[in-house]
Amino acid sequence: MQEVSVEVERVARRYGRRWALAEVTFSVRAGEVMMVAGRNGAGKSTLFRVLATAIRPDRGRATIGGFDVVKEREDVRKLSAILAHQNYLYESLTARENLEVVADHLGRRRRNVLETLEQVALGSRANDAVSTFSAGMRKRLSFARILLQEPRLVLLDEPYGALDPPGFALVDDVIRDLKSRGVTILMATHQWERGAKLADTALVLEAGRTIWQGPAAEALEHEPKGETAAGSVL
Amino acid sequence: MLGAALRKELLLQWRTRGQLMAVFVFGATSLLLFSFAIGPNSEELRKFSAGFLWLGLLLSSTLTLSESFHEEMENRALEGLLLLPSDPRALYYGKAIANWLQLTLLGIGLVPVMVVLYDAGTTDVLRVLLVVVLGSAGLSAPGTLYAAMTAQVKAKQTLLPLLLFPLIVPALLASVKATSLAILGDPMGQSWSWVGLLSAFDLIYWSLCGLLYARVVEE
Repeated sequence: MQEVSVEVERVARRYGRRWALAEVTFSVRAGEVMMVAGRNGAGKSTLFRVLATAIRPDRGRATIGGFDVVKEREDVRKLSAILAHQNYLYESLTARENLEVVADHLGRRRRNVLETLEQVALGSRANDAVSTFSAGMRKRLSFARILLQEPRLVLLDEPYGALDPPGFALVDDVIRDLKSRGVTILMATHQWERGAKLADTALVLEAGRTIWQGPAAEALEHEPKGETAAGSVL
Repeated sequence: MLGAALRKELLLQWRTRGQLMAVFVFGATSLLLFSFAIGPNSEELRKFSAGFLWLGLLLSSTLTLSESFHEEMENRALEGLLLLPSDPRALYYGKAIANWLQLTLLGIGLVPVMVVLYDAGTTDVLRVLLVVVLGSAGLSAPGTLYAAMTAQVKAKQTLLPLLLFPLIVPALLASVKATSLAILGDPMGQSWSWVGLLSAFDLIYWSLCGLLYARVVEE
């Protein structure tokens, strides 16, 4: 299995006149789990969408496993998977059909689909339409989607959002399992304590800038205080 | 990859099949209203029947084409497929073929309505069906591209026809002429020239739109 590291160098991205990311620089070693923390509007989701190649950076350069996220987009996409705020699910299709669509597009066999649904405790709801699912169940199904992709880099944007306590434990188990298989993980979360226990390193963002980077165990001491972050002006 | 994309599209269409019936009723109602504009003159009704059939199908097509991207945008499902990664061309042709099938069905459904309302019976049914198939292809290829372009804007129901209608004028004209000749008679044998022209435009639309789709859906 290919080991995938992440290099981010002075990456900036703006929406209109507001810079959501203002020259962020960091690196993640292959097989490492990094917690990306920060308040709402700090730039975590934008950073993840840049790394997943969903959007392009306006400045700077980022590579995943040596592949540039702008110039070698297809190669990056083959290595990575993202759990985004938008769950990428088709509402009128069932859980099983949603995963079959993914398996078909990846050219994989469909027989792993039910097994993957069991893994996220959705086996009994396999034939129910996603439109009947709660937010937590959609999150579980999005996790199943990622597992089916078998990526080498996983970008988890708010993995604990909308989940119940058994869901929290499930996410922890999935992250530990992926880590044991050498998968590199970036996890954006507001669950600082829980994230710090799972992560090796942490990156704290504030208004689109890095305010601290270091061992995950020390991240709690660097939690920003005050009101919501609101981007930067470069 | 194209097979996977087409399977997904057909599955989505099957789940929302009730909507096709609603669009058919809309198309049939349009034909009825157009017939009121002509009045009870059966000769005139017959003369304009082909034009009104294609206007009805064109208006109905903007509803189905726009709706075909509703689920893709709802949870950014299309972005999810692109990030797998999936070939944008396969995604385009999957959707365009599914839209083509849907418009062809709609067109085939509207032909008997036209025959009844406009007294436009013909013995050349096969030629009319061929024109419906080719004309629907001419609507669905650029229609799918423009529906993707307008899917994320607020005024998509207005913007889609504004962009689409000027582009498909040649295909629409050829479809109307070929259908009209099949209904009213074709003593000069012009019908096949219009069918040839329509096929040529279909070829251009299907080739160009497939190439442009990636630029439309990727940032």
